[in-house]
Amino acid sequence: MSDEHEHHDHTKHYMKIYWILMVLFIISCLGPEIGVKWLTLITAFGIAVVKAYLVAAHFMHLNIEKKYVNYLLLTAVAFMFLFYAGTAPDVMKHSGRQWENVAAQEEVKRALAEAEEGGDHGHH
Amino acid sequence: MQRPIATTRSATGIPTGRLAVWWVIASEIVIFGGLLASYLMHRLGHPEFGNYAAYTNTYIGAFNTFVLLTSSLSAVLAHNAAEAKDGVKAAKYLLGTCFGGLVFACVKAYEWNYEISQGFTLTTNAFWSFYYTAAGLHACHVIGGCIIMLILYPDVKKGKELQRVELIGNYWHFVDIVWIFLFPLLYIAK
Amino acid sequence: MAEPAQESESHGAEDHGHGHDDHHQESWFIHYCWSTDHKMIAMQYMFTGMAMAIIGGFMAYVFRMQLAFPGIEVPGFGQVSPTEYNSLVTNHGAIMIFWVAMPVLIAAFGNYLIPLMLGCDDMVFPRLNRLSYQIFLISAIVLLGSFFVEGGAFGGAWTAYPPLSSKAEYNMTPLGAPLWVIAVGLEFVAFLLGGINFVTTAMNSRAPGMKMFDIPIVIWMIVIASILFMASVGPLIAGAIMLVFDQTAGTGFFDPDKGGDPVLWQHLFWFFGHPEVYVVLLPAVGIVAEIITVFSRKKLFGYKTVIFTALATGLLSFFVWAHHQFISGIDPRMANVFTVTTVLISVPIAEMMFVYIATLYGGSIRLTTPMLWALSFIFAFIIGGVTGIFLGASGSDIYFHDTYFVLAHFHYTFYPIAILSVFAGVTYWYPKMFGTMLNETLGKIHFWLTFIPYNCIFIPLFMLGLGGQHRRIWSYENFPELARPEYYALREFATISLVIMLLAQFIFIFNFFWSLKSGKKAGANPWKACTLEWTTDQTPPGHGNWKELPTCYRGPYEFSVPGREKDYWPQNEPEPEPEPSAS
Repeated sequence: MSDEHEHHDHTKHYMKIYWILMVLFIISCLGPEIGVKWLTLITAFGIAVVKAYLVAAHFMHLNIEKKYVNYLLLTAVAFMFLFYAGTAPDVMKHSGRQWENVAAQEEVKRALAEAEEGGDHGHH
Repeated sequence: MQRPIATTRSATGIPTGRLAVWWVIASEIVIFGGLLASYLMHRLGHPEFGNYAAYTNTYIGAFNTFVLLTSSLSAVLAHNAAEAKDGVKAAKYLLGTCFGGLVFACVKAYEWNYEISQGFTLTTNAFWSFYYTAAGLHACHVIGGCIIMLILYPDVKKGKELQRVELIGNYWHFVDIVWIFLFPLLYIAK
Repeated sequence: MAEPAQESESHGAEDHGHGHDDHHQESWFIHYCWSTDHKMIAMQYMFTGMAMAIIGGFMAYVFRMQLAFPGIEVPGFGQVSPTEYNSLVTNHGAIMIFWVAMPVLIAAFGNYLIPLMLGCDDMVFPRLNRLSYQIFLISAIVLLGSFFVEGGAFGGAWTAYPPLSSKAEYNMTPLGAPLWVIAVGLEFVAFLLGGINFVTTAMNSRAPGMKMFDIPIVIWMIVIASILFMASVGPLIAGAIMLVFDQTAGTGFFDPDKGGDPVLWQHLFWFFGHPEVYVVLLPAVGIVAEIITVFSRKKLFGYKTVIFTALATGLLSFFVWAHHQFISGIDPRMANVFTVTTVLISVPIAEMMFVYIATLYGGSIRLTTPMLWALSFIFAFIIGGVTGIFLGASGSDIYFHDTYFVLAHFHYTFYPIAILSVFAGVTYWYPKMFGTMLNETLGKIHFWLTFIPYNCIFIPLFMLGLGGQHRRIWSYENFPELARPEYYALREFATISLVIMLLAQFIFIFNFFWSLKSGKKAGANPWKACTLEWTTDQTPPGHGNWKELPTCYRGPYEFSVPGREKDYWPQNEPEPEPEPSAS
């Protein structure tokens, strides 16, 4: 992509991206301080996606790379969502139509009860 | 060893080294993806994980995020210098990135040391198992990246094989992106 | 050596052959064990794979003897204890898939054929290639070494489901189990490195003039298979780390008492495990495509169809994994989804088989040894595919699950893949690899003595499976319904067939080494094929393959083109000068 004859110094551009990343980073750290759950989720994960996009597009130069490299990497990510979608119904949930995961339900109940009593560090 | 002619061909228009690194990154995405997807479904299925996560130290995680983002900047500046054929400068920035990785690893060591002394070990429960495995796998990538950079350093300094600066940079940015997601997953979401 | 060619940042590097003739005097070790030449690495993979196949075949012999004649002193092994039986079946499965099918089909043929068929001098990363083989070799040694540690080798089935695999108090192999997982993990790393090399080479290093649809089918297949492998193995690598921690450190990833979930492993495993079937299938059908076309002297009936069906198969293979888990307690609604996708995936594969049959139709077929192997592949694989329909449908699978019907089904898919197509490939490319022809008569005797006993092994197992014979049982003596004499008759028939088939392999081994010395010289292009590997200056090709790297002018299957003197038209032959009188 880089032609030596018309090479420009991109330092300014990279610094700009870096400062944007820093601002986003500070927001993502401050988000939980407000204490609203949905806001925390947005500041934490929404901003993580934006940060990842900035790093991938501008630092890894995916914005000027051949298009199919983007598709390739996105396909890999998509397969992980597929894996999640196929697996979560059995692993994330502990009961469903005509089945229940008794062991997992009991562990959740036990751990939450212990936490109620306080002082639980997750030890058995 | 003589480089084969095959390596110098470029039917796709992407230099061979960079193309290979994209494939490395794609295969790494599914490795981390599988681990994080497994973690996520446990995290959402087990409300008690929230209580365990409360013991992770957000400040340390945040500081490490800052360190990695900065080292990424250094890596991209190294690439910038390499494009300008300035090997000495590129090598200097590579060392900077390496230093970032070193700080990251040291902070991690301190953090884990503290947590283990508090009784949170790999085997305490599934949350801590995921915590140490995910962060540990990531830390291995950080250390591996540092070692590769140190191997590249002498050649780059002499202005040779400058295309490699971009390749290690791309890998490093990927490791950075993984941390960008690990940080909220392991530290912020409580 | 000359100064390293600078990696070109610009497009379209020039290909001028530089002095590859200057053969340096290499020591024996450097030449055979430390070589970066793709052909030598292919040979290393092939011979390691074949050695492992002999080991895996021996294991099959031992446990089949135990099943047919329970309690017998197996000649060459002795009495088989239940623990030994478990480790034998487990490692037979693991070896045949991970240490035979993968290295021979993908790594050996991939390494040998990709540079030769694409017209380049080597893989793009020769040293990475060497590293990949070395890691693979270590993984094989770790696996075999696990037989000699305390407690013996892992015996929890090649799927390694926890809690059996994760807790030493259940599997009773405190060292064997982690060593097994580590061996498999190392093998994955080796093939990830190899796969990156294959894909990058195929994408970037084609001969000048070779367009995407001028690439031979087998290269397409190996590349698609490598991509499938790379995209599916990640979760299992993560899972292997988790499982090793469960085994050695005492974590609870797959232990509900610590907040984990054993079903998660099954998903992690089969998310890889099912695409893996296609990872080994695709190179096999690629080899078969090459051979069928060459020996029908006819253009491949649907070149692009085969490629698109392979891509469709590859994509669909990511949507079918849970059909292995229909009785694992997965959500029944998911079972419906996976039934539909599973039956759907047979469509592209069936289409591919039809393309092959259509290629045969009207061709001038030559029944050489490679062609016999290729045709037997189609025969056997169709049986494997059709019996798969019963297992893919969740309703019938509830009955068939974990019976010998399943076992016979996947041996009708994996055996054609790992044995029939490999023999097809080896006999077909042997003249190029070693410069001499294999003996045809011995080759045909070997073929019939392998193919007929093979069917005699597994057709009885279909019947036993339908009769309710369950897998993974050391001895049926304690199951009165399964210990009836007619069942034993079938078991004995299968076992004797297996022994005949294994003995027949000595014919191949003899033929292989005899032909090396005394076979007739092959010449550059004994089968009169069009692809580039048959155009090398020397046979077998020397270092760098060509003095001057070839240029490609046309597709790979230009057979019996009308108006041409010869019935084949090599890819590197320039277009004839247009005659002045032609309009």
